[in-house]
Amino acid sequence: MSTSIHVELWQVAASLVLVALAAAISYWQRADLERDIALATARSIVQLTLVGYAIKLIFDADTIWLVLALLAVMVLFGAVTARHRADKVPGSFGPLLIALALAGAATLGLVVALGIFDPTPRYLVPVGGMVIGNAMTASAVALNRLGDEMADARARIEATLALGATPREAAAPTVRRALRSGMIALVDSTKTTGLIFFPGTMVGMLLAGADPTDAVRLQLILLYTLLGSVAISALVATLLAYRHFFTPAAQLREPTSAGS
Amino acid sequence: MGDHAAVLFELREVGLDRGGRAVLDSFGAEIPEGSTAIVGPSGAGKSTLLRLLNRLADPDRGEISYRGRPLDSYEPLALRREVALVPQLPALLEGTVESNLRYAAELAGEPLDVEETLARAGLDPSFADRDVAKLSVGEQQRAMLARALAQRPAVLLLDEPTSALDHAARDRIEAALAELRREQEISIVLVSHDPEQARRLGDRVLEMPA
Repeated sequence: MSTSIHVELWQVAASLVLVALAAAISYWQRADLERDIALATARSIVQLTLVGYAIKLIFDADTIWLVLALLAVMVLFGAVTARHRADKVPGSFGPLLIALALAGAATLGLVVALGIFDPTPRYLVPVGGMVIGNAMTASAVALNRLGDEMADARARIEATLALGATPREAAAPTVRRALRSGMIALVDSTKTTGLIFFPGTMVGMLLAGADPTDAVRLQLILLYTLLGSVAISALVATLLAYRHFFTPAAQLREPTSAGS
Repeated sequence: MGDHAAVLFELREVGLDRGGRAVLDSFGAEIPEGSTAIVGPSGAGKSTLLRLLNRLADPDRGEISYRGRPLDSYEPLALRREVALVPQLPALLEGTVESNLRYAAELAGEPLDVEETLARAGLDPSFADRDVAKLSVGEQQRAMLARALAQRPAVLLLDEPTSALDHAARDRIEAALAELRREQEISIVLVSHDPEQARRLGDRVLEMPA
């Protein structure tokens, strides 16, 4: 996979015509998104340029420690971001941090151990970014659902505790549904991949001039890697987080304390 | 039974706050074996009191003892299988009535006679295979009672067992409870807002202040 293409700055500038078109549609139809489109465009230029330089720096340095530091920062920011969507789960930051770290470590460790990718920055940085990003979305969705379900099922969970069930037993149906909702989006998109949409990696490789067979194979590897990371992160996050709804005496905590 | 029955629960100066408000304050009572009905206006903390008795909640102040031992010295899960609570609103697990009974019996490590358990709660054997989602509220309430009985508890805590029901459904639950009262091995603590029902179902009536 040694394909590479060179993109000139004027080509990037020319693509801004389509941004102008989007802004014009917004103005014409009074969708009131012109300001957001301008901000989004500016941010995408600045953020991607900075990340590009950071990745170039890491590739040039070619040391595993810089890669690990970058992945650790991604895990940290991922957990902070996901926490906002899990606001009904008390103390969600810890479970999310552990879930993302474990999902990243386990999946990257496995693909390297199986010899699929070399342990070099060129593979670990982009794959790590995708793995942690998808793990973040999955665990955020799972904990968001967990928070809603725990609130809805309060009466049933307490009635089950009243039979002498452990919190784990009483929360089992709720945890199951939360785990499912964290994983289902990627499972569904994996089912329709190639039919309804072309995944990004494949598009990127085809544009870069790669052989379609290589593009498809790499895309399959990434899809399966992501499935693994999504399952691990959603599982770890829900199994750690549901405990926060219960006291050590196996009582359901009052919902007022769940917001903190 | 009678006035010299052994003391089941003893509550001393019990208080519990929720959201900065005292739901229960300096409450004291003795609840003996047999059948005790607790009456009081809504907001008096009757439901809270029942939840304290099987440690679904712990008091912020005061002491509760069960059979002479501090309640918090009992392991909560084991205590709840011995002191079973049937909440005010039915909340069964998805599945059939029988699967709910089986779940409860297995938790308590008790053998299950489905027909006998249903009968004790005033349900005929045909209810075993019924989907709980298709039962009326009154039938669900009796299924909740059957599920609690499947654990063969020593004490049954009943929170307003007929509050959401019409007269016919209420009479069926009361008939089942009247039968249970005759059994020597089970004690009943029942909460009601209806003083008439309390007198019908309790050997004694305990009034809670507003």
